[in-house]
Formats: sequence, structure tokens, C-alpha cells
Amino acid sequence: MTTELLGAILFAMIVAATPLMLVALGELVTEKAGMLNLGAEGLMAVGAVSAFIATHTTGSVTVGVLAGITAGVLLSCIFALVTIPLMANQVATGLAIAIFGVGLAAFIGKPFESSVIASTPAWNVPGLSEIPVLGKALFSHQPIVYLAWLATGIVIWVLARTRTGLVLKAVGESPAVGHAIGYPVNRIRALAVLFGGGMAGLGGAYLSVFYTPMWTEDMVAGRGWIALALVVFATWRPWRVVLGAHLFGGVLILQLFVQSSGLDLQVPAQLLSAMPYLATIVVLVLIAGNPKTIRIHSPASLGKPFRPDAH
Amino acid sequence: MKPPVPRLQLQGLTKAYPTLVANDQISLTVEAGEIHAILGENGAGKSTLMKMIYGVTQPTAGQMFWEGTPVSIGSPAIARSLGIGMVFQHFSLFESLTVAENTSLSLGSSHTPSSAAQALQQAAARYGLEVHPEKFIHDLSVGERQRVEILRCLLQDPKLLILDEPTSVLPPQAIEGLFAMLRRLASEGCSILYISHKLQEIQQLCDRATILRAGKVVAECRPQEETAASLAALMIGRDTEPLPKRPPAASAKTIFAAEGLTLLSPDPYGTHLDNISFTVPQGTILGIAGVSGNGQRELLWALSGETRCPSPEMLQLHHEPIGHRGPAARRRLGMSVVPEDRLGTGAIPAMSLEENGLLTAVYTQPMVRHGLVDQKATHAFAQKCIAQFDVRCSGAQALAGALSGGNLQKFIVGRELLQTPQLLVCSQPTWGVDVGAAALLRRAIQSLAEQGSAVILISEDLDEILEVSDEVAVLFEGKLSPPMPASEASPERVGLLMAGVWQQQTHTGASTTSTSHRAGDGTRAASS
Amino acid sequence: MVAVGLTVLTGLIIFALLGKDPILGFQVFFVYPLRSLYGLSELLLKATPLALIGMGLAVGFRAGIWNIGAEGQFLFGAVFATGVALYLPSITGVSLLVMVFAGILGGMAWALIPAWLRARFHTNEILVSLMLVYVAQLFVSWLVFGPWRDPRGFNFPQTEMFDAAWLLPTLLSGSRLNLAFALTLIVLVIGHILLAKSYYGFSIRVAGESPTAARYAGLSERRNIYAGLLIGGACAGLAGMAEVAGPMGQLTDKASVGYGFAAIIVAFVGRLQPLGIGLAALVMALFFLGGEQAQQYLNLPGSISRVFQGLLLFYLLAADVLVQFRLVRTPPQTKGAT
Repeated sequence: MTTELLGAILFAMIVAATPLMLVALGELVTEKAGMLNLGAEGLMAVGAVSAFIATHTTGSVTVGVLAGITAGVLLSCIFALVTIPLMANQVATGLAIAIFGVGLAAFIGKPFESSVIASTPAWNVPGLSEIPVLGKALFSHQPIVYLAWLATGIVIWVLARTRTGLVLKAVGESPAVGHAIGYPVNRIRALAVLFGGGMAGLGGAYLSVFYTPMWTEDMVAGRGWIALALVVFATWRPWRVVLGAHLFGGVLILQLFVQSSGLDLQVPAQLLSAMPYLATIVVLVLIAGNPKTIRIHSPASLGKPFRPDAH
Repeated sequence: MKPPVPRLQLQGLTKAYPTLVANDQISLTVEAGEIHAILGENGAGKSTLMKMIYGVTQPTAGQMFWEGTPVSIGSPAIARSLGIGMVFQHFSLFESLTVAENTSLSLGSSHTPSSAAQALQQAAARYGLEVHPEKFIHDLSVGERQRVEILRCLLQDPKLLILDEPTSVLPPQAIEGLFAMLRRLASEGCSILYISHKLQEIQQLCDRATILRAGKVVAECRPQEETAASLAALMIGRDTEPLPKRPPAASAKTIFAAEGLTLLSPDPYGTHLDNISFTVPQGTILGIAGVSGNGQRELLWALSGETRCPSPEMLQLHHEPIGHRGPAARRRLGMSVVPEDRLGTGAIPAMSLEENGLLTAVYTQPMVRHGLVDQKATHAFAQKCIAQFDVRCSGAQALAGALSGGNLQKFIVGRELLQTPQLLVCSQPTWGVDVGAAALLRRAIQSLAEQGSAVILISEDLDEILEVSDEVAVLFEGKLSPPMPASEASPERVGLLMAGVWQQQTHTGASTTSTSHRAGDGTRAASS
Repeated sequence: MVAVGLTVLTGLIIFALLGKDPILGFQVFFVYPLRSLYGLSELLLKATPLALIGMGLAVGFRAGIWNIGAEGQFLFGAVFATGVALYLPSITGVSLLVMVFAGILGGMAWALIPAWLRARFHTNEILVSLMLVYVAQLFVSWLVFGPWRDPRGFNFPQTEMFDAAWLLPTLLSGSRLNLAFALTLIVLVIGHILLAKSYYGFSIRVAGESPTAARYAGLSERRNIYAGLLIGGACAGLAGMAEVAGPMGQLTDKASVGYGFAAIIVAFVGRLQPLGIGLAALVMALFFLGGEQAQQYLNLPGSISRVFQGLLLFYLLAADVLVQFRLVRTPPQTKGAT
């Protein structure tokens, strides 16, 4: 196992982890406010297809990314509308978004399935990328990865240190109390949902524009669902989301690793492909062990509708 | 110098919901520096009125005047900017945040948790209270939480402070401290709106009182010039009938016993039960008093079987260990349970009364044949319950959610009583229930005991416990005091136990000065 | 009903936006599939698995158990059925019975995993059952590319065709409608009795409405979890068996058609009740067929069906809430016929 191989693995791990991290952080914010949006898979899909089409049409990657974010925000608007003022069941609505989003994306994207867009070159951070092994692994990524890191940092900082983060946590714990104190609970929840949608759209855009610059129907391949599991795995703590995303990134590229290491394992290709999903299950089982931690960190009002005028 | 204009004036204030009118043409005035009581039974409309003053809801008609100018209070933020502060009955605190964080949230965006912490310390010093800003709310006791709640309001230099049933969560000893603080505030010019149904406290503390009944103002008075009985009459609208005295229980056969009951709470924020022991003989009502949050829920779950005991012998019904059995098995053995939470646990709002009857009666009544529900049987049972317990509803098919609190509680208690259990466990059976229904329920519980069953009554309403029970014990931090006969259970003694001061089971000295009034014939008006 | 109307309306708008004549679009999508007896039988054929799985899922959903992995359980029912068809001797009559059991067992086995994990570890059954869908798909892929590949199949990813004894008999000559349709009707009836009349159905509804009340009333949460998932799994497995023993006649890598997910929508649109589910299944089957027709006649991609399905669910959720809202305003006095 050469260090070069390790470096390459680290690189691939970061790349695979990035979309998971973005989507999971967005969902974390949404859930911290008490809203359970299971539609991440659909949000990623529409984000991916929109970004791809936009990039293909305008030739600009930036426009593509913005299109992806917008698509995620718009689709999550539907979720917010149905679950907040109309107070429909959040689980069912989220599922609907997931199914609808994937279907819609497949539909819109059909004509573009054989289109190609240019691959974005990596941007080597001057100086830092010269470091042997680590330099290539950490600092020679496409710009979007750095953007994702920046976004992650901002989200973590806002949640931990700012008033906005505090209000978000409070509203998620007890919307009734938040309302009694005078906070616009429903507006906060809606904004959290839209933020989550935007992040998911961004994650999807990453897949179709940067990761593999193309579009196919099954592009998202369950990553949205894995991101949801990540939030639970991390017991709603942002740093753990980052950690978990990278662990999963590692599992996702397991196949590559096995092949390139030259190990002659008689493992069917399907089993390796199944690893991320099996790993998700294992992880879910492991974290379910400690109810106290879960109670302390999970937003107490998760998934419950808020009725402002209940008497 | 008091300004001639009253601090707060309400004129014809009304709040109408689609199904009921909570407040109907309420008019009252509060002067500066006055302690004004809002008196009324549960359901009289006090909380709704306060919510309107604090801006949580808006009136459907009427006017509010603040220091002479008409105002429309659209949100709590506006209320705060006027100088109105509110201490809620069920505190508006976020459990997973610290004291400082909670305070900064309610103070407004200019305050960070650290500046809030500083302000808290200063205010605490000024009023002689203790506070730890960095502690999490879920680590605080109920009394401490109330202190945080009050301090938070005081930080904003309120001109009007609203307190909603503040003593319902305090042991009797802490109440004096609260009153002292309120009197000092009033002397500094702050007006106080004190909402309560406890006549004795109002007589002690308040300058004037407005009495609400069924959403309307029925009287205004000076509490110190009235007697407890006259206040009660105004509040209820008729003279209260004392419960008839019961003959002492005939035999001493033990129906139920708890031995060393020790149980961890399933809720990480909850209270663990610690070595609880008691016996309940035939025909006895054991009242378990205590301030809310000392393990009542956990005790109920342990008794009902929703949490299982680590060892089966911890609970024994007819000397049979049942600690390991679930609710279904316990019901079949002759136990019935009335839970604290009627809509959501005791009954399902979206299901009919028939189906809600099936919910627990299925274990003792023949209601299922070949796996299918016998609708005739469930219908008959529900009808019987409705008739016997005076449940006002549109029929056995009525949805549980459509009934008023009192009627639903009558149905639930009736459902359990109709199964003639050997042991009835009930928790807060008359909470939020109108006076008529409460009296009916208490009498029904007593007659069950007269027929020989054992009853365990868990209640945070000390008056109810003292009125109904044969024996009294107190739950404090998950521990139970040794039960004492009701004749020895004076409010002072129970109050000390509720505050955690364990005493020997010997005759105590004479009761301390203040709070207990005994009318000549042994009846008592509602007091604490 | 409102939801269906809104969906159709939106569909017309979509057609117009795509530059196709909306009326023609409506015709092609909704009317063409029903033009012939064969078309009708195809409708029933497509509706069968949807209604079957939908019923099973509805029982679980009513209990508050969210089984999202029906697609995976469907596949495992197909796998088990294929297994017996390939490896056991074929005896007319008996084989069919064995096949049915195999399908049910397969689906239940796959549903057992999320059930056990939830009962034992409190893991979220939504995520677990969903992850298992992907695993099931990969497993099927491995089987048909690997050990079960038909040696005479020209290297296509498929198993051998089943012997006649393993195939479901058709009900209508000239159509592909088969025994599964009859089975599904039976399941719907059983479902109705179960939910509306039985004590067991009552306890399911209690658990779904209020878990605290269920605990108070001594209803076993564990039993609820297992039943909720296993019933859904059994139905899905049965449908999977019907797919391979029916129109397909073999197991291929195209076995996963999306019935498991569509059935979720069917269950909701059918308001979690047998009659509604039956009707919803017909509507959804129409959407599927219409999508195929649209592909053929209007040059639209097949995924338009999914778009319609999703739209239907949204409008339903929104309309459902509005209806409930109106009901709340006039306080509910008696239990109506809903």
C-alpha cells in the first residue's frame, strides 16, 4: 500500500463525501427547526438535472450551480407550503417530494442524457498543494469542493455561535414556547426548509456538473437517503455530520479501492456496490444505542406540526 | 406620586373561538403599584385573558388602554416594549438551552447570552435570589425554573407583571418568599396581575380582585374584606357542598403493596423512583401528594405497567407479584388506571366514545368475538357509561375530541369504574375539570372505595388530596414519605414533606401561625 | 376526487407547455389505454400489484409503521419464487401453491430485517427498509448475471423460463390477466375486515393514532411493529411472485419496475382503505399505461407517469388537509362514514 495510493484514496474520499456533507448539513438545519423533510433524494435530483441543463445551455458552471440551488429551493417550497400552513403529515409529504423529484428530474432530463459538458479543472491551492501526498489529496480539488468546505464552516459557526442558530434550536425544541415569546415560528421553520432544499440542490448540482459531468436518471443513486441517515447518525451535531460524510465517502469508493489495490478478492461487484447501503444500516443500529444523547440533541418537536392558535 | 390614569384598563374585551366564547365583555382596571387578582375556577377564561394582554392572541372585540392610551397588542414583543412581563404557568423555557441563552432569547436581539448572564446576576443580587446562568434548564428543579422565569421578566423593568398560577408548582414554604418579592415590586410602582384559584393566597396578597366565571366578570371586590366562603361562592356561583364524611374502612385486608419500588425513569430528564414502599388496604384511598415533577409520572407508569419493574415483587396485587407484568395483564387482574393526560393517552380524540370504551374495557368485558369487535357490546357499554356518569355528548358515536374536558374525564373515569376494579390508580383526576364534574368524580371514587376497592390517588392538588384521602403520603424527588392517616395530615406538615423535609411519624406540635382556617363544622373552603 | 381533477388539469397544462395538443394528450394518456378489452385487461394487470402491495402497506401505515422498502420486499418475493421454480420439481397444482408461499415468505423475510432492527434497536424503519431496496436490487442483479443465469440465454441477464406448472393460470383468454388478480381481490376483502371490524384492526388504528394511548391500553408495541412490516412484506412478496410467475415468466434484471414505490402513493391516495386503494390502483395503472402510450404517440419520455403520480400525491395531501381543516371548523360531532 503505497503512500501515493493512500493519497489517492483520501482524495477520492473527500470528493465522494462532499455532496453527502452538503445535503446532510442542509437537512440538519431543517431538522433542527423541527421539520422532517424526507425528500432529499428528490431535491438532489432536481438540483442535479437543473444544474446540468443550465451548464450545458449557458456553458457556465456558475450558472449551473445557481440553477441547481434554485431548483432545490423551489421544490422544497412545495414541502414547506403543504406542511406548514396546511399542516399535512411531514413523512408522507417528504416521501412525495422524493418520488416526485426523482420522476420530474428523469422527465426533464431525458433529452439531455447523451449530452456532455466540459469537466471542470481542479484548482491547485498555491503552495499548499505542493505538500507531498497530503497536498494532492487536500488542496488540488475542483473549486466547488472548497466552496463546500466554506459553506460547511459557515453553517457550523452560525449554529454554534450566532443568535440565529440559537433561535433555530429553540424553535425546534419547543415551537409553542417560541411562539409565546414572540418568535415567528412558522417563518423560521419555512426558511429552514428552504435552506435545506438549497443545500440539497447544491449537492445534486455537484454530482452532475463536477463529479461526473453528465446526466442519467439514476444519478443520485440513494445519496439523498444516505444523507438523511447521516443526520441521525450524527445525532444532529454538525461536526459529526462532516465526519460521517467522509466515512461514507470512503465506503462509496470502496469499489475503486479494491480494484486499484490489485487485491484479488473474489467479491462480486454488486456486493461492493451494496456496501454504502449496508453500512448505513449498521450505522443506524449503532447510534440508536444511547437514548439520552439522542434526547438531548434531537429537536424535540421534530416532525410535529405547529398550531399557533391552539387553545 | 400615583398618576390618576390607571395603568391598564380593559373595556368589553372579548375573545370568541368557533366553538366557545372564552372571554365575554371583560372590563377591569389595574392601578399602578396595585396587586390585582384574577380569580376563577379552571376554565373560567383567566389564561385566555392574560394571553390577550400579553399579545399572544388578539381580542375579537373590545379595547385595551395602557396608561390612558388605547393600544393594540399584536405580539409579545409589543407587550414587552410597553413594559408588560409575563410569568407563564407552564414555563416558557427551552430545556436544552442554558439559563443565559434562554434569557437572551427573550430579551431581544441586542443581548447575547453573556450580557444576559451579567444582567441576571445583577438582578438576582438586587432581589436576593440565586441564579446560575450557565446551567441547563433541564438540570434545574421546578422552583429554580420559576425563579429564572421571574428574573427574566424583572430584567426588563416591567410596569405590569402577570403571574399565571405561580404557586401551583411551589411547596407552601416557598410561597412566602414569592409574596415578599411581589410586595416589594408593588411598592416600587410595578402593577401585578395575579391569576389564581387559591382563595387564601389572594386574601393574603392582593389589594383588589376581579372574579371570572364562564368567561364573564361576575364580581369585583377587595379580598381582605371578604371571607373565604363568600369568595368561593362568587367564584363558583353557589355554595360548595362538603363531601360527606365516610365511615372508616372495615377490614384491613391488603389489596395492593409496593415494596422497595426502585425504577429508573425512561425519560433522561425525568425523576427516578427510589425505594418506595406502601400498602393499600381494602376500602382505602391513599392520596399521594407532591409538587409537580417529583416522580408522579414515573410512579404512574410503574403502577400501570407501562414501565416494568426490575423485580416482580416490587409490586403486589393480592400478594401476587406483578412488577413484571404489562398493562393488559394488570387490567385482567383487576387494576384500572386513569391517566393524567386525558386527550391523547386516556382517550383518542379522533375515535368515538364506543371505541374509546373498547380501549380498556376489552380486558374485563366481553367485547370481542372470534377476533371481531362486538359492536352491540361496545355500544351498550358506552351508553351505560354516558348515562351513569352524566356525560354530556351527542351519543355513543360522538368523537372523544368533541367533548369538553370535564365530560371526557367523566367518561374516562366512568369507563374505569364500570369495570369494578379491585384497585384504581388515578392521576390528576379532576385537573382542568369544572366544579360540578369534579365533585361528581370525587364522590364516585369514594363510593368505589366504600364498596371495598383500594384507590391510589396521585394529585398535585393538595386540596383534593386532603379532601378525599384516608391516608396521605408525599412524593419528593422520587421518594415516598411513610403514609399517615388523613387526620394527621395538616397542610403545614404535608407542605414540609413536599419541600423535602422528612419528619417522624409522631404527633407534630401545633400548626404554625398562618394559613389554615377551620370553620366550626369542620368544612373548609378551598385553601392550601 | 379534487386531487384527481387538479392533476388532470395540471397535466393538460404540461402537455400544452410541451407543445403538444392538450386534448390529444389527454386522449392518448387517459383514453387510449382503455380502448380495447385487451387494454382493459392490461389495466387490471397493472393495477393488481399496486392494489396488493398498497393494501399491505396501508395496514402498516395505519399502525404508524412506515414501510418504504416494499420494492425490495417485492424483489425478494420474486427471488424466492424463482428459487423454487428453478430448483424444485414441477408438479401441477402443488407447485403453484408452493410458489405462492415462497413469494409471501420472501417478502416477509426481507421485511423482517427492518422490523427486528426497529423492535430491538429502535432504528428508523424508513431508512432501513429503503436501504434494503438498493441491496435487493443489487442482489437480483448478482443472481441474474451470475449463479442463476440461463446457460442457454445468450448471456442475457435472466434466468431460465419457468415450467408451465409454475406459471399463474390466466383468467381471460387472450389477455395476460391471471390468478393474481383474484388473489388481490381476496386480499382487499381481508384487509377491509381486518381494519374495520376486527379487534386487531382496532389496535392497529390506536397505535397509529396515539402511541401513548396504545401503551396505556396495554397494546404491544413490538407486535405492532412486526405485524405492520411483515404484512406489508407479505403482500409485496406475493406481488413479486406474481410478476415473475405471470407476465414475465422468469427473473430478469428488469424485475424492479417501481411498483413498490408507486404502491406507497396508491395507499395514500386510497386513504389507507381497501376500496380507495382499489380505485387508486386503477388510476395509477392508468397513469403507467398512459405514459407508455405517450411515449409511443406523443414522443414523450416514459417518466411522465412518475410526474403525474407525484402530482397526484401532492394535490391529495394538500386537498386532504383542506378537507380536514374544514371539518375542524365545524366541530366533529359524530363519527361519519369516512
